[in-house]
Amino acid sequence: MSRRGDRPMVPRAEFRSYYGQPIVRPAPWTHDIASYLFTGGLAAGSALLAAGGQLTRRPRLRRTGRVAALGAVAASGYFLVADLGRPERFLNMLRVAKPTSPMSMGTWIFSAFSGAAGVAAVAEVAPLLPASFLRRVLPPAGAVAGLGAAAVAPALATYTAVLLADTATPSWHVAYPELPFVFAGSALASGAGVGLIADPVPATRRMAVLGAALELYGAHRIETTKGILSEPYATGRAGRLLRVGRALTAAGVAGAVLGRRSRVVSALSGLSLLAASAVTRFGIFEGGMASARDPKYTVLPQRERLAGRVPDGPPPD
Amino acid sequence: MGINSLYGPLDPAPDAGYPDAPPRMGFFTDTSVCIGCKACEVACKTWNAIPDDGFNLLGHSYDNTGGLSADSWRHVAFIEQPAVDALAAAGRPEPQFLGMPGTTLPGESVPAGSRTDFRWLMMSNVCKHCTHAGCLDVCPTGSLFRTEFGTVVVQEDICNGCGYCVAACPYGVIDRREDDGRAWKCTLCYDRLGDGLTPACAQACPTESIVFGELSELHARADERVAKLHADGVGSARLYGHDQDDGVGGDGAFFLLLDEPEVYGLPPDPIVTTRDLPDMWKRAGLAALAMAASVAVSFLGRRG
Ligand code: SF4
Ligand code: SF4
Repeated sequence: MSRRGDRPMVPRAEFRSYYGQPIVRPAPWTHDIASYLFTGGLAAGSALLAAGGQLTRRPRLRRTGRVAALGAVAASGYFLVADLGRPERFLNMLRVAKPTSPMSMGTWIFSAFSGAAGVAAVAEVAPLLPASFLRRVLPPAGAVAGLGAAAVAPALATYTAVLLADTATPSWHVAYPELPFVFAGSALASGAGVGLIADPVPATRRMAVLGAALELYGAHRIETTKGILSEPYATGRAGRLLRVGRALTAAGVAGAVLGRRSRVVSALSGLSLLAASAVTRFGIFEGGMASARDPKYTVLPQRERLAGRVPDGPPPD
Repeated sequence: MGINSLYGPLDPAPDAGYPDAPPRMGFFTDTSVCIGCKACEVACKTWNAIPDDGFNLLGHSYDNTGGLSADSWRHVAFIEQPAVDALAAAGRPEPQFLGMPGTTLPGESVPAGSRTDFRWLMMSNVCKHCTHAGCLDVCPTGSLFRTEFGTVVVQEDICNGCGYCVAACPYGVIDRREDDGRAWKCTLCYDRLGDGLTPACAQACPTESIVFGELSELHARADERVAKLHADGVGSARLYGHDQDDGVGGDGAFFLLLDEPEVYGLPPDPIVTTRDLPDMWKRAGLAALAMAASVAVSFLGRRG
C-alpha cells in the first residue's frame, strides 16, 4: 500500500494511497488544448507585432502580423471546439460571464480578440480591391481593429495560464505565480518569430530577446522552486519537451542577435522561436498531467502542509 | 457573492442567492459500520439509471468498481491492511483454523489485541458537495449549480463537456462520460430531495453507514459516534470533511474514517483551487503588463 518515490529528486518519500490510484483526476483534455496554448499565444504575439508595425509604419510587419494572428486565431477556435465533449454546444459558454471561471473569462477575451483580429486581417485586402467605398473604409477600420486586437492580446496570452493554474492539478496550481510570465514570454517570442521571418528589423529582435527572457525565467522558476511539484516538469516526457524548448529558445535568440546581417539566419531563428514556444507549451501541459496521474504529488505536499513545514494559510486580504 | 464566497466558512445556499433556503442537507458516512455490501452502488445506479462502467475484475481487492467516475456516483473502497508484518504472517507453516460459524460476534472469544493479523476497511465514497466547490466555480456554462439544499448538481442539458470541472475537483470526483461527452456525478438525489425522500444510497444502506439528514444534525451525531469509538478503544476513528475551517469550507458529505484519508484515496488536506484565483488574476495582470511593456520597448527603440 505504501510506495517509495524512486526518482532521484525525491528524498525517499514515503506515502500511502489507495492501491496507487490517482486522487485528483487529470483534465480530460487532449493535445488540442496544448496546441491551443501555442496558437492562442501566437495570435496574441502576432497581433502585438502587427500593432507595432502599424504604429511605426512598417507595412510588411503589420500585414504579416495581422494575417498570422487571424490564422492562429482560426486554428485556436478549431482546437477549442474540438476538445469539447459536446462540440455542438460550444455556444453554451456565451450564456454566462463568470469571473470565477477562467474558461468563461477566456471565452469572452477570445471572442473579442478574434473579432478585432478578423477585421484587421481582412482590411489588408483593401489594396487589391477596385476603387470603391470598401477600399476607402477598410484601412482605417483595420487600423482601429488592429489596435483593438493588440489591446486584448496580453489578456489572451496570459489568461491561459490562469486556466491551467485554477485546477486541482498539483503542478499547474503551484506554478500560478510564474505560469503567466512563461506564457506571456512564449507568446512574445512566437510573435517575434513571425516578425523575424517576415521583416527582421531591430524591433523584432528586441521583442524576441525580451520574450525569450520572460519565458526562460518563468520556466526556470517553475522547474526549480516548487519542491517535489517541480519534478514532473524535470522528468519524463515533460522534462524532455521543456529541455528541447529551452535549447530552441536559446538558439532562436542567439540567431536573432548574432545573425543580424543574414535574412536566412534571421528566418531560421524565427522558426526556432516558434518551435520553442510550441514545445514549451506541450511541456507545461504534460508536466501538469503527469502530476495529476501520480497520487504522490497530491498526498506529499498536502501532508507537508499539514505537518506545518510549509506554512500555507489563506492569502492576505 | 459575499466576503467568504471563495474561501472560508459559509452557508452556501443563501450565498448562492436563495434567501429562504431550507436547511443544508448532506451525508454522514460512518465507515466503522460499513460491511462493503455495495447496496449503495446498486441503489444509486438503479435510481439514477446510470450505465454500467464495465464488468472488470481489478484483482487488488474485493473492490471491482475501482473508484468514483461518470458512471459510479457511489464507490465502496475496500482495503485489506496487515495489522502485523504481512511477510511474517504469510510465513506461518500451518493453515489457520478460522472456527465454526457461530452465533457470537466474530473474534469475541479471542482476547483483545490478538484477534487478527489484518483488518478490512470499507468506505462508501461519494461527491463531497463542498461548501466551496471547485467544479462549480470553474464551470464556464453555468451547467453546475448550487441547489437550495446546499448541494452541487450538473444540468446535463447545458453541460458542453469542456471538462474543466474534472480538473478542478480536489477529490477527483466529477468525470466526463466517454461516449456522451458530458460531466456526471452524484446529485445527492436532487429529484428525491424535492419530494421529501431520502437519497437512494442512504435508503438502501443496511447498516446505516450512510446517514442522510440536516448537516447540523449529522455533525452532532458524528461527534457522538467518534466519542463512543474512542471510549471503546478505537483510537484511529476520526472525522473527515466535517470542519468548516478546512480548505473547502467543509463538505456536505463527510466521513468517519479509521485510517488516514489517503489510504481511502482521499486527499489529506484539500484546498479549493479558486481560493487563489484573485491572486492568479493579479499575476496574470502583471504578466500582461510586462508583455505590453516589452512590445513598447521593442518598437520605441532605435530603428537601425
Ligand atoms: S467533491 Fe468535487 S465534484 Fe463534488 S462538489 Fe466538491 S468539487 Fe464538486
Ligand atoms: S464539463 Fe460541463 S459541468 Fe463541467 S465545467 Fe464544463 S460545462 Fe460545466
